[in-house]
Amino acid sequence: MAEGGTSAGLEPWQVGGFGLYLHWPFCQAKCPYCDFNSHVVAFVDHDRWQRAFLSEIDRIAEETRGRILTSVFFGGGTPSLMPPALVGAILDRIARHWTPANDLEVTLEANPTSVEAARLEGFRAAGVNRVSLGVQAMNDADLKHLGRLHSAEQALSAVETARDLFERVSFDLIYARQDQTPEAWREELRQALALAPDHLSLYQLTVEEGTAFGARLAAGKLKGLPDEDRAADLWDITQEETEAAGLSGYEVSNHAREGAESRHNLIYWRSGDWAGIGPGAHGRLTHAGTRYATEAPRAPGAWLAAVEGQGHGESAREALTAEARDEELLLMGLRMSEGVDLGRLGPLRDKLSNINDLEDDGLIRLTGERLQVTPTGRPVLNGVLRALL
Amino acid sequence: MTELSRIRNFSIVAHIDHGKSTLADRLIQATGTVQDREMKAQLLDSMDIERERGITIKAQTVRIDYKADDGHTYVLNLIDTPGHVDFGYEVSRSMQAVEGSLLVVDATQGVEAQTLANVYQAIDADHEIVPVLNKIDLPASEPERVKAQIEDVIGIDASESILASAKSGIGIHEVLEAIVHRLPAPQGDAEAPLKAMLVDSVYDSYLGVVVLVRIIDGVLKKGDRIRFMQNGTVHQVDRVGVFRPGMLPVDELGPGEIGFLTASIKQVRDTRVGDTITHEKKGCDKALPGFKPAQPVVFCGLFPVDSAEFEDLRDAIEKLALNDASFSYEMETSAALGFGFRCGFLGLLHLEVIRDRIEREYNIDLITTAPSVVYHLYMKDGEMSELHNPADMPDLTHVDHIEEPRIKATIMVPDDYLGDVLKLCQDRRGIQQELTYAGTRPLVVYDLPLNEVVFDFYDRLKSVTKGYASFDYQLIGYREDNLVKMSILVNDEPVDALSMMVHRDRAEMRGRAMVEKLKDLIPRHMFKIPIQAAIGGKVIARETLSAMRKDVTAKCYGGDATRKRKLLDKQKAGKKKMRQFGKVDIPQEAFISALKMDG
Repeated sequence: MAEGGTSAGLEPWQVGGFGLYLHWPFCQAKCPYCDFNSHVVAFVDHDRWQRAFLSEIDRIAEETRGRILTSVFFGGGTPSLMPPALVGAILDRIARHWTPANDLEVTLEANPTSVEAARLEGFRAAGVNRVSLGVQAMNDADLKHLGRLHSAEQALSAVETARDLFERVSFDLIYARQDQTPEAWREELRQALALAPDHLSLYQLTVEEGTAFGARLAAGKLKGLPDEDRAADLWDITQEETEAAGLSGYEVSNHAREGAESRHNLIYWRSGDWAGIGPGAHGRLTHAGTRYATEAPRAPGAWLAAVEGQGHGESAREALTAEARDEELLLMGLRMSEGVDLGRLGPLRDKLSNINDLEDDGLIRLTGERLQVTPTGRPVLNGVLRALL
Repeated sequence: MTELSRIRNFSIVAHIDHGKSTLADRLIQATGTVQDREMKAQLLDSMDIERERGITIKAQTVRIDYKADDGHTYVLNLIDTPGHVDFGYEVSRSMQAVEGSLLVVDATQGVEAQTLANVYQAIDADHEIVPVLNKIDLPASEPERVKAQIEDVIGIDASESILASAKSGIGIHEVLEAIVHRLPAPQGDAEAPLKAMLVDSVYDSYLGVVVLVRIIDGVLKKGDRIRFMQNGTVHQVDRVGVFRPGMLPVDELGPGEIGFLTASIKQVRDTRVGDTITHEKKGCDKALPGFKPAQPVVFCGLFPVDSAEFEDLRDAIEKLALNDASFSYEMETSAALGFGFRCGFLGLLHLEVIRDRIEREYNIDLITTAPSVVYHLYMKDGEMSELHNPADMPDLTHVDHIEEPRIKATIMVPDDYLGDVLKLCQDRRGIQQELTYAGTRPLVVYDLPLNEVVFDFYDRLKSVTKGYASFDYQLIGYREDNLVKMSILVNDEPVDALSMMVHRDRAEMRGRAMVEKLKDLIPRHMFKIPIQAAIGGKVIARETLSAMRKDVTAKCYGGDATRKRKLLDKQKAGKKKMRQFGKVDIPQEAFISALKMDG
């Protein structure tokens, strides 16, 4: 995998890449663990959404002229519910504005229901070259617990269909589920790896406030979640099994064969530049040395109204302080095995604490200007960050 | 000035919740002393903490004019005494200031241990006592059984007890008539030199210290120059007055009367409960007997969680001390906690009240270190010194022996829980003195070391008896025992704020309990942390807190950067609530929670 490299005189988009994130906010049903910006509606006016997306793309193109485009990512919500023609129209417009990188990555998140699997071909024709499937679990009982609408069998068949159509396929699993034993997780993970994906996102179930799971947990009705030691055991199993299969963890929850890393997500973790387009999407764009954080209205109707009414879908554009920028560089960068080039830091460069202690405890490694969190440190990354910052 | 035969002074003795404050409110209301619209529940408990806990900390008084059935109008002075064992001396002074007491007993509950302590104070003060059985309208009330119990346990005649319900207003008239006809009028000589007792005092930001007084002999007037006999200080009286219950100025106070004076006194510290007040010139020559200077019995360290708040804490403590002569403090430096104060209190309730007031009224987060009693260290050279803080324990080679304070604890408990109470007392190194029955309820008297009681004895007692036990104690003196200082080491560093004096035979057990508790209270760190209890250089208990194994955010993409950054800022702020000991962060609540024993 490519090194982040040193950055003397380079813009963030040249060091970390430049990408577009497009948010499709609709779902067929809301999952009980999901705290993403997703909405369930009966009818979506696709023409109106298309006009809004294209208008935003034109606006972003205006301010990022001359950049090389690394990646486009359709996220959600459930972007596999988008008509392939809409995806196609968006990608056509993007192609008119930016010069694509030679290895331009165009990813679309998809649910592995049979209906959506049937659309995959259309997405490929529209220009999508990578799909990320929300498989989440390999057995029906747990899929039901997680509120998913697909079966394990449908998921398997969706993965196979996707592999036939796309060169690059990833899928997600959620572990540290209720009453999940280490043995059962190891077995399930082996089944997943046997499908020979080149990329896997393996997330420990996180109960977020404001979700159905959050309410159930608060009411004491979400039982059987692992304690810290059990969660750590499950983490260790995850690392063992993926490494044995050649998909090492290049980021906290992401595992890939060498070269198959998600280029889009690397933009986030390497603090590159990206435009966030769509309801609730966040962006980071750097102009003349100032890094801006952008936000969009979360409600789909409000976003549409903003784009149509005020001509842009941004609800906030804030210039980050040098400290905030440094903090993000570390928060995001230390998630990756490649770590962070401290030469990119500003004021925090000389303010990091406890480096020697953390190194003595085997939690970080400092090689020249490159700071990496070791495999021992990674499962306690939040603690490492608290100690450093 | 009121004619002596038309004055009645009284107090109300009752257990918490037996209805003392409600009865006082009813008496005030029934005589029209306070308009109904000015009534709020528990008129006399003025501090929030007093209202919340249903206790009285400061003595307060109210003057009630009552037109009796005999056609005469009487002045009734009620002194509401502090209702807790911590304030035993203050109670005794209030009792000396009046001639009689109403003994209020909940007719559904019967006599409780705390009632006993205060009723004995009333008997010691030669009071006429009128039993009032309260809550008589409740179906569970058993007036005959309770009457028998009063006669049995307290040894006073209960045949003419008044049946009342303060809540429903039943028996209030009978209570007022009994005060007039059954309690004696005070005695005194208006011509004699002034002799008045200082009952209590409170600070008022406009008037300075307001001194509550009972005139024994002589007359006190505005403009008089008066002398506090213990202090030897002289003041000129700005005003005299009575409480109704608001302050009402009067021209003079004569023998038998209870009221207040102000004299531009700056500090409550300068006015000592039990002192005798007389005129500067032609004063009385003998002070009233029974004066005792305030004697703190429990000490602990108070430190600001945020060391930047030390000056704020100093300010808060100084202000509170102005209004509380029984609270002592001196600056303390702890290796672990930085700058703070070593404070002395009358007891644990007093400690909690002061701590709550600092946290609430001055908004300072506090770390409270292990409460300690005062030990007497007898050195090899024959000197005796007091030890207020285990951290100051000198080298043992210089110490001949150590004495600790002992108490006489009186506990009343239903039969079902007697076994648990006896076990608790034995576990706390108690020596049984008495086991008798008050009616059908066992009454247990134990000789206990105060240091086994200061921390959580009362909590444990309540928990093993499901709240049915009542408890009271008094200090009985010092006795030698095999006491040692136990230190706690966290990550091999001694934490002085956690060190404590323990009995040698109990050290292993306490040490084990402490390190186990601390293991749960200290959050996991990036490294493993040994937690040890030691006596001198010898480790007697050890636990290891494992290193943190899992703390990482599963998902972090483009939309999460802002949120993650804000979360980190919040965590940095949260870290300020912890104190760092070497490399280890210890949360503030750990200092107190670690001391609580489950058995």
